[in-house]
Amino acid sequence: MSTRLAKQGRLIDRSKPVTFTFNGTAMQGYQGDTLASALLANDQMMVGRSFKYHRPRGIVASGAEEPNALVGLGQGNRFEPNQRATTTELFNGLTAISQNHWPSLEYDIGAVNTALARFLPAGFYYKTFIHPKPFWKHVYEPFIRQSAGLGKAPDKDSRDADTYEHFYAFTDVLVIGGGVAGLQAAKAAAQSGAKVMVIEQTAHWGGRAPVDGGTVNDEPVDKFVEQLVSELETMGNVTLRSRCMGAGVYDHGYVLGYERLTDHKPGTQGPRHRLWRIRAKQVVTATGAIERPLSFAGNDVPGVMLASAMRDYVVNWGVTPGERVIVATNNDDAYRTAIILKQAGVDVLRVIDARPSAGPLADEARSLGIRVDPGKAIANVKGGKRVKKVAICNQEGIGGAREEVECDAVAMSGGWSPVVHLWSHCGGKLIWDEANAHFRPDPDRPPLGADGAGFVVPAGSANGPLALGEVLADAHAAGKAAAKAAGFKPKNTKAPQGETEVEAPMQAVWLMPAKAEVQLRMKSWLDFQNDVKVTDVQLAAREGYESVEHTKRYTTLGMATDQGKLSNINGLAILADALESEIPKVGTTTFRPPYTPISMGAIAGEARGEVFQPIRRTPMHDWHDRNGADWEPVGQWRRPYAYVRAGESVHDAVNREVRNTRENLGLLDASTLGKLIVKGPDAGKFLDMMYTNMMSTLKVGKCRYGLMCSENGFLIDDGVVARIDEDTWLCHTTTGGAERIHAHMEEWLQCEWWDWKVYVANVTEQYAQVAVVGPNARKVLEKLGGMDVSREALPFMEWRDGRIGGFDCRAYRISFSGELSYEIAVPASQGQAFWDALMEAGKEFGVMPYGTECLHILRAEKGFIMIGDETDGTVIPQDLGLHWAISKKKEDFLGKRAQERSHMTDPDRWKLVGLETVDGSVLPDGAYAVGEGVNANGQRNVIGRVTSTYYSANLGRGIAMGLVKNGPNRMGEVIEFPGTDDKIYKAKIVDPVFYDKDGEKQNV
Amino acid sequence: MSEPISALNHASFDGIARIEECGLQGMITLRGDLSDKVVIKAVKDATGQKMPGQREAFVDGETGVCWMSPDELLVLVPYAEVEAKLAAMQDALSGVHALAVNVSDARAVFRVSGPTAREVLGKVAPVDFSSDAFQPGQIRRTRLAQVAGAFWMDDEETFRVVCFRSVADYVFKLLKVAAQPGSEVGYF
Amino acid sequence: MLILKCPYCGVDAEETELTAGGEAHLKRFGPGSSDDEFHDYLFARENPKGVHFERWRHSNGCGKWFHAARCTATLEVFGTYSAQVTEPPQEIRDAISAKRPGWTWREFS
Repeated sequence: MSTRLAKQGRLIDRSKPVTFTFNGTAMQGYQGDTLASALLANDQMMVGRSFKYHRPRGIVASGAEEPNALVGLGQGNRFEPNQRATTTELFNGLTAISQNHWPSLEYDIGAVNTALARFLPAGFYYKTFIHPKPFWKHVYEPFIRQSAGLGKAPDKDSRDADTYEHFYAFTDVLVIGGGVAGLQAAKAAAQSGAKVMVIEQTAHWGGRAPVDGGTVNDEPVDKFVEQLVSELETMGNVTLRSRCMGAGVYDHGYVLGYERLTDHKPGTQGPRHRLWRIRAKQVVTATGAIERPLSFAGNDVPGVMLASAMRDYVVNWGVTPGERVIVATNNDDAYRTAIILKQAGVDVLRVIDARPSAGPLADEARSLGIRVDPGKAIANVKGGKRVKKVAICNQEGIGGAREEVECDAVAMSGGWSPVVHLWSHCGGKLIWDEANAHFRPDPDRPPLGADGAGFVVPAGSANGPLALGEVLADAHAAGKAAAKAAGFKPKNTKAPQGETEVEAPMQAVWLMPAKAEVQLRMKSWLDFQNDVKVTDVQLAAREGYESVEHTKRYTTLGMATDQGKLSNINGLAILADALESEIPKVGTTTFRPPYTPISMGAIAGEARGEVFQPIRRTPMHDWHDRNGADWEPVGQWRRPYAYVRAGESVHDAVNREVRNTRENLGLLDASTLGKLIVKGPDAGKFLDMMYTNMMSTLKVGKCRYGLMCSENGFLIDDGVVARIDEDTWLCHTTTGGAERIHAHMEEWLQCEWWDWKVYVANVTEQYAQVAVVGPNARKVLEKLGGMDVSREALPFMEWRDGRIGGFDCRAYRISFSGELSYEIAVPASQGQAFWDALMEAGKEFGVMPYGTECLHILRAEKGFIMIGDETDGTVIPQDLGLHWAISKKKEDFLGKRAQERSHMTDPDRWKLVGLETVDGSVLPDGAYAVGEGVNANGQRNVIGRVTSTYYSANLGRGIAMGLVKNGPNRMGEVIEFPGTDDKIYKAKIVDPVFYDKDGEKQNV
Repeated sequence: MSEPISALNHASFDGIARIEECGLQGMITLRGDLSDKVVIKAVKDATGQKMPGQREAFVDGETGVCWMSPDELLVLVPYAEVEAKLAAMQDALSGVHALAVNVSDARAVFRVSGPTAREVLGKVAPVDFSSDAFQPGQIRRTRLAQVAGAFWMDDEETFRVVCFRSVADYVFKLLKVAAQPGSEVGYF
Repeated sequence: MLILKCPYCGVDAEETELTAGGEAHLKRFGPGSSDDEFHDYLFARENPKGVHFERWRHSNGCGKWFHAARCTATLEVFGTYSAQVTEPPQEIRDAISAKRPGWTWREFS
């Protein structure tokens, strides 16, 4: 059984017991445990089930590479699926549940898949779910969705209870990984004076060196780590962050660090995760190496574990995964596990070494009484939910002549692979190292930075060296190289002397035994989480998958949440063998960030809840909110759609506002309209280029409606332009158009006509602007008193500065409703007070605020176009009958040339018309009109579409505008609009002006 | 006129740093040739400050001038004086090609103060806030999470942050999250 | 995520402060131009693997447009320069030649 040892456990505090639950069962661990070590201490060998076959799964690793021990952590608003037990620090009250089984971990219906394994080969889904086609939607897809995914998604009504944040950091050298290599590289870099930051994914410094042992400068390596850390802590130019994983390396020295602040102490104040957005001149990847599993039959049975992980559990957490252990290896390093287990009092039955001979570590093992079997292999591991016995055979051969040995755990080591992920994220290339049978960074092909030079330097095991002495020397050199590349002068210092046992060469073993027969291969797992076996990859090769990327997708090798940290190299070695090719020729799949999954919360950072996105507010926003505003998003602005009173529907409110504005007095908060000041000796010339109509001839004191087009000729904005003085204009833009049009103007001024003397300033938010609209508009302004707003003093399409009701203001006599209308701009800080004054003074005139829907209906009744309704980026002013606003005198304006192109002058273009349903109903928005015949796809030809459609309370019927092929020449014709409700709407083509065609109401 | 009201009317929050809306600040956007003697003099007359160089900010309390771009300044004057100062400036600039407009009401100003002020800003802007990279006397225009903003330092522990008025509420809430208790970074 | 130095305010701006503005040094054709000229002005763009000239705007910053010369394959930045030029300045061309001898782009080399 797996159990806690009486001694050992450098990371746990046995004086601080911790209680947690697994699948509802209360268990005990110690402070310093990971969930994985605590589960093992409680003899919880089986921790989950695999994805495809629902096979029992146990803990395989001790760190980020763990493929199996994924659990659902926490409850309610803090529930999170697919959390790795090996990287979860234990705390009091932790609750974990296992995944991918029903009804229980011990008894699982889905495990029947394992019996069907012969019928569920690689590519099963692709092959099976293609035919018959109609089955996809109703049978296959629901089935696949049901079985997809490992953990359960959090309950749909739950809300993440924690907060998250981003933090921007800038450093000369960023070291990723706080093992001996990272720490040594950091010191070497920092000694140059460079600003250095070290991030380490675990809570501990030193990586696995304190477990693996050895000496540095004749001191035990853990002492060396301790001294090095305290030395770095005292250096003012060094920042050390533990529990902070290097998640990804991106262009131009951008690195994401994922810091877990409170995962190990939930309930603590402050953010749970912090996403570090780091810019580094140089990045040192000291990310260590990961041990590879061996591919033998039954290597997925719970109790089969990486040799290094088993060593970690003993040394770091005082836990042994078994009492009778067999070690299988192709290298010397695994002997350390055998020795440590033996010294901890565990029965080490055999070391099965695929090689004919081993180094001094084997002698040490033998001297401890451990039996070493050279040239042997594991033929098969037997056991269901945990290891029961191991069948041993010769490595060379197909797996016959087996000897069976009873045991309860197997430690396996297939050699070590440098963690090259972060080197590779941004384009660093790899070379195949034949001696160690692994890929390592190719120093000649690093990721390139903004200056075209490499910006990532690998250090230590991540660069290939595995022995302590070489690791330190390599890291020291890497630190100096990084400092130098960052522009600093490294100190001429020597690397510390690291010493470990001499190791004999490893031997590449991709299959155990080497020529294992098919019955063994089909039980030899490559990818434990996704259930990919040796035979699956071989099948893929037989079926013609030559590219490793295709094989990955066909077999799902390396596609699980662990992204193949354990399986990739073994898998591509099998593929290379099946293709009779070489490993470096087959190559690796692409390494993509993040290194391990990071929380969605960390990615979102602060952007959730109230600060999910900016909401722009006018000075009267709170008043609207208090007075029943039904909000409509317009860009980032919120505008009242309507002010709903008690007992009213939104539709009722709109109709009331429409009628009241036509009959009495309406107020609209128009502050959101863009206001751009354009000033300079060349401002008139400039605006003549910006607008289709002539603005340079506008008289001071007057207003003109203007259209703006892009160089493509399409309408992009409209608004009223006022000439303020001889060389100053004020241009109104649409709501949400201010920034866009400001940028548009600046683009032309800076990039094309930079010699023109024009300045533009965006003063949109300086003003609160109120549209005072309706037959009583003048009365309310006159009651407030101040400037003369009579027809004579302030005629239609003119503006004046003055005071109204004691407020400094600019009054524009403009109308988007067809009513007598003023738009009054006051300083934003006075906006609410001015609005209040209008509401108060307007009481006797029947004042009511109105919202954007009323605004839309009023303008539609008048046939006024709205940017974004009548336009969609393909509409030119000529389509909308706006010829009167297009200057014929001007030689040039933006869009003029484009509007001369043949398609733009086609008489058959869809053009603006009014539409009246025959029965008075409201046309569906966006509906298409159908004409004669069908197109190439057998669909009815379309001849137009609805662009705006409303119920007009004033007219008591539906009104609409639309773009119809050759529309203006088809007045009176009735055309058909099929609705999505299967009804056919019939509408007559009419003039788009439905109300007060002669404009008598606005010009009074 | 009635009593003018700033976007958030002096709202404040105390977390790992203090966040407060400063109330009304007179502000003039001045665009022109910054090497022109007339422009230099107009700035001097309005603020008592010399012409700032690239990304410089010379601010003393409610008065000062910040470099916004090669042809744009942000001139700070007390809110009550902005109309008079603007008129004087426009008068002085009447002979040159320049644009001076009152933008006092178009903006909101926050003060972020305390020993962790640099960290709070470091959570919302992609800017190096280490003291060797950013100091009093400098201005930086950038983004504050999802909106445009600018800031300068009044002293080692105090930032003044300017944004558009319409997003004052967003920026205040953003800074509150960034300054939430327990969120010290311990970086600077 | 790229960093480009804004030549106007001197800030090393990361991409989130910038807005990409497409190809640089387009020559505007207006009324009076031929259909082909106007078509090319509107639509014909270089799509090189290697040296490229682009327009960017420091939109979350000083607001200025500027030009950047960079390699689309490696993202190496050869330099940024004023928007108020119709062709890449000599020092930018020299910087590119030092790294990519024999480069050409439209009529420039």
